[in-house]
Amino acid sequence: MNIFGLFGRRGATAPVARERLQILLAHERKSARASNLIGVLHKEVLAAISKHIAVDPDKVMVKMHRKADMSLLEIDIEIDSDAARPDDPAFDENDALEDDLSGKAA
Amino acid sequence: MSKTLVVTSGKGGVGKTTSTAALGAALAQLGHKVAVVDFDVGLRNLDLVMGAERRVVFDLINVAQGDAKLHQALIRDKRLSNLYLLPASQTRDKDALTEEGVQQVIGELREKFDWIVCDSPAGIERGATLAMRFADVAVVVANPEVSSVRDSDRIIGLLDAKTERAERGERVEKHLLLTRYDAQRAGRGEMLAVDDVLEILSIPLLGIVPESEEVLRASNVGSPIILHNAMSAAARAYMEAAKRLCGEELPVKIPTDRRGLFVRLFGRRAA
Repeated sequence: MNIFGLFGRRGATAPVARERLQILLAHERKSARASNLIGVLHKEVLAAISKHIAVDPDKVMVKMHRKADMSLLEIDIEIDSDAARPDDPAFDENDALEDDLSGKAA
Repeated sequence: MSKTLVVTSGKGGVGKTTSTAALGAALAQLGHKVAVVDFDVGLRNLDLVMGAERRVVFDLINVAQGDAKLHQALIRDKRLSNLYLLPASQTRDKDALTEEGVQQVIGELREKFDWIVCDSPAGIERGATLAMRFADVAVVVANPEVSSVRDSDRIIGLLDAKTERAERGERVEKHLLLTRYDAQRAGRGEMLAVDDVLEILSIPLLGIVPESEEVLRASNVGSPIILHNAMSAAARAYMEAAKRLCGEELPVKIPTDRRGLFVRLFGRRAA
C-alpha cells in the first residue's frame, strides 16, 4: 500500500479539486461582474455625459428591471437648464430655444 | 508610516485569529508598534488567543461610540511592550458598529501605531466588510481545500470593490497566507498543492504555515505561536511572513515531507 502510494497516484484527489474549482470560479467571477453592471454603467454613462454637460452624479439613475421574459434598462439623467456648454455646436439649437424662452419671459 | 492590515478569509475556522495574533506578535518582535483589533463583534476570540481575556474592560464599540477613550480600551501585551490589543464587544451585536465609528477609531490608531492588524469575522457581511474597509494591506488566509479557496476568491473580489482604497481607484495590496498545510498529504496528491491554489487565486504568496500541533498548544495557553514556541515550523513561517510584509525579500519554502524513505515505505499511519 505504502509502496503504491510512493509511485502511483491512486489516491490523488487534488487534481479533481483543482479542476472543479477552476470551473466553478470561472462561472462565479462572471456573475460577480454582472452584478456590478449597474455600477459600471452608471460610471460610464456619467463619464460620457460629463464630457459635454455638467451633471450631478446623484442625478444619474441607472436601474435594471428583470422579468421572466425580458429585462428593462432604465437610465434617467436630470440636467440643469444652464448646464450645456455654450461652445458645443450640438447645443446651438438648445441655446436658441432658451434665448427664445427668456426673450418671451422678458 | 502607519499601515492598516486586514486578516480575512470568508470561511471560518481557517486560522484568521491565530494568524492575526501571530503576525501581530511577529511584527512587534521586529520592533514595530502594533495594535491588533478584533472585529468579530459578538464572538470575540482574539483576547483569548492572546491570553488577555481577563483584562478586557472596554472594547472597540465603546471607543467607536465615544463611551470610552482609545487608551482606556487598549490592552498592552504582558510579553511584548509594543503590542496592544483592542478587543471586540461580546455583548453587542454586529450592527452596533458603523462605518463612521470604525473610520474614527482606525484614524486614531494610525496616529499611534506602525501596524494596525484587523482580525476579520468570517463571512462576507457587514462585520467582514467593515474590517477590510480602511485596509491598505490584506492577508487572505486560506487552507488548501476547495471551500476555503472558493471563499477566498469571493473575499478577493470584495477587497477589489468594497474597500475605501478600491473606491478611490487605488489597490489594496493582497497576500495569500496558506495555513494548515500538510506536506505529506499534498505529496500524496490528497491536498491541493501550493501551485494549484496560487494559480487559481492569482495573488502573491506571503507564506505557508504547516499544520502543527504547536498552534493548538499555543492557543490553549493564550500565547501567540511566535511567543509560545519560536522554533516551531509554524512560528518560523509566521515570522518570515511578517518580514515579507515589511518588504524583506525572502523566498517562500514549500514544506516537504521530511520523513525518511524507510518510514515512507514501511511506516503505517495510526488512523
